[in-house]
Amino acid sequence: MWSWLFHRISGLGILLFLFIHIVDVSMLSFGPDVYNQSVTLFDYWIVRLLSLSLVVAVLYHAFNGVRIMAIDFWRKGSRYQRAMFGAVLVLTLVVFIPVAYIIMLPALHWLTQMPHSTAGH
Amino acid sequence: MLRISTGRGPRPAMGSNFETFSWYYFRVSGAVLLIMVLVHLFIMHVSNDVSCTTYAFVAARYSNIFWRVFDWLLLTLALTHGMNGLRIFIDDYVRKPGARMWLMSIAALLLLVFFMLGTITLITFQPVTSALGAQCLPR
Repeated sequence: MWSWLFHRISGLGILLFLFIHIVDVSMLSFGPDVYNQSVTLFDYWIVRLLSLSLVVAVLYHAFNGVRIMAIDFWRKGSRYQRAMFGAVLVLTLVVFIPVAYIIMLPALHWLTQMPHSTAGH
Repeated sequence: MLRISTGRGPRPAMGSNFETFSWYYFRVSGAVLLIMVLVHLFIMHVSNDVSCTTYAFVAARYSNIFWRVFDWLLLTLALTHGMNGLRIFIDDYVRKPGARMWLMSIAALLLLVFFMLGTITLITFQPVTSALGAQCLPR
């Protein structure tokens, strides 16, 4: 049941981001200044934190999607569904941690108040 | 044909195979999206920092038709997969006939508008040559 609920919530969250993303990409039509302004928005550390929630939602939704297909198409899928849910959670976390570190790295110096040439906004 | 239960009267007669199509569509598009989305996330957030995905970056990327086709496929699959999910959401949780009708109509309109906005952006993008060069945002 939790796997099902997380799948719905993450799916809805990703769809919401997709709408925002189509709009921010459409800023390309207004030229470099407008578009780069929208890129600046994604560079803020608080928006980087928000993108971490996107990454975790995408990873969970992707791995749990594989689990759903395994339950549907693999003969032993339903027998191992519980173990596979555990694997989905572990895999999500294992992939998320390094990606989160890489995304937050340019903003980490700002967060710790250290002067740095690549400090964010 | 897609038949939506309005909440009034009996359920729509069976014989519509849209739900079967939808069930397979989730799985097939999901399998393709799994690869495409992870590749996209890797390029935009791991191998490049988001602060370097500027206009000049997009211009360099879209000079290759491959990435325009890749991004259009990603747009189409993600939007149809996601909006089909929203349709099931509305179908499951909205009981009132009027609200169902309105929300389903709004969802269909959103699908059309966002699909067209994304497609037009991808097709019509012609980089301004003066903006080419340095890709990362100035610090």
